[in-house]
Amino acid sequence: MTTETAIQNKPRKNALVMFIHKMGSPPWFYNFSGKLVPWLWAVFCSLAAWALYLGLFKAPADYLQGESFRIMYIHVPSAWMSMMIYTSMAIMGFIALVWRIRIVEVLAMSSAPVGAAFTFVALASGSLWGRPTWGTYWVWDARLTSELVLLFLYLGVIGLYNAIDEPRKAARAACLLAIVGAVNLPIIHYSVKWWNTLHQGSSISVTGGSNIDPSMLWPLLIMALAVKFYYGANLLTRARVRLLEQDKRKAWVRKVIGEDKS
Amino acid sequence: MTREKSSASLSGAFYALLRRDLLLAFRRRTELLFPVIFLLVVVSLFPLGIGPGPQLLARIAPGVIWIAALLATVISLDGLFRSDFEDGTLEQFVISGHPLTLISLAKICAHWLVAGLPIVLLCPLLALWMNLPVESLGVLMLTLALGTPVLSLIGSIGVGLTISLKRGGQLLSLLVFPLYVPILIIATAAVMAASDGLPYTQFLGLLTAGLITSVTLAPFAAAAALKISLS
Repeated sequence: MTTETAIQNKPRKNALVMFIHKMGSPPWFYNFSGKLVPWLWAVFCSLAAWALYLGLFKAPADYLQGESFRIMYIHVPSAWMSMMIYTSMAIMGFIALVWRIRIVEVLAMSSAPVGAAFTFVALASGSLWGRPTWGTYWVWDARLTSELVLLFLYLGVIGLYNAIDEPRKAARAACLLAIVGAVNLPIIHYSVKWWNTLHQGSSISVTGGSNIDPSMLWPLLIMALAVKFYYGANLLTRARVRLLEQDKRKAWVRKVIGEDKS
Repeated sequence: MTREKSSASLSGAFYALLRRDLLLAFRRRTELLFPVIFLLVVVSLFPLGIGPGPQLLARIAPGVIWIAALLATVISLDGLFRSDFEDGTLEQFVISGHPLTLISLAKICAHWLVAGLPIVLLCPLLALWMNLPVESLGVLMLTLALGTPVLSLIGSIGVGLTISLKRGGQLLSLLVFPLYVPILIIATAAVMAASDGLPYTQFLGLLTAGLITSVTLAPFAAAAALKISLS
């Protein structure tokens, strides 16, 4: 309470603290994110369209893999996102457990389905890419395997969250699981990597070489940036819906819904 | 003075709880046997499903025995906090004033002695069934002795999280199996290296490192999980 009054007494001096403080309030967060979401979607759509145009039409075909390398523009950003979202979910989970901020709980739990979706897309596109390049849909490659384990970790978090009825308790339990998973994730990644070299020898290298022509690299980087906006937009949209659902008996939600009707 | 007293009561609480849990387990001997019988049944299914070829069995023996140990552990994990949660004893532990971390550690120790140690002791029989070379039996026993406590420790976090659910057991396997991946990989690699006549001490070192890490961290996470479940 003392910090709250201290902030209220001098709002102009620390605008950032004030902003973060306000974001903890569901109605304020709902309104602010509502303004932000359309912009995030717009930036994502334009960046993704640009990246896809460059990647699918402008970039030359790979001399070794032909046209199939273009799966990379979906596959690689998805794989990066799958890792990044898990990390951000675990960090948000830590914040949620330590400071018990409900908005952060909601955000962490809204991250899980997005991250799981990216992991699934990375696995599915990798599998489709593997067919023309490696001659098989599935190889127990180190990256594929750790991506699969990552999917299981995501499913565990989502499963635990959905299994517990009380939303706040469910979020806290799933946040703790996300943190435990994040501690284990590097260990899993390196053990799988090392297991693979032990058991079958690395005959396949996913990247081929580190020298990528700029005309092939730029679409990838733009796409990687675009999916971050997608994550932001999707996350906020999910979090807004979840907040409305959790607070459905509260006055601010009635007000919001009333405004929408009129 | 007070410090000494409290530390004495801490270890006192630890041993009292350990004793109580072991006593309870031995009063329910048939329940005690279920995971062991499960382990035996699962391992015996592999030769039936794959064929009795001795070389193939010897090749897959470390993996099969370890996977059976994982499954048997997960089956027994549900009993770790279940009865204490249902009759309210767990809440009494929380308000007893003793750190919940210590209480979790005592219960995990009891669980390992009841569910993990039999696996280690039974593994010569399993190795015999699976035609594992005698030279690697010692390594298999060592990996199980070092690895099954880690299974109990990591599993306790999952149990703590799912304890308030009526059918937590099914979810539990989804939560803990991904976390067991490194242990499975390192332990089976050690036994395979021993079978091939390669050095294997580094794997045992890694397993020991995993054991030390999980002993220091897992009880805290389990206590936090129990607190969330009890809230």
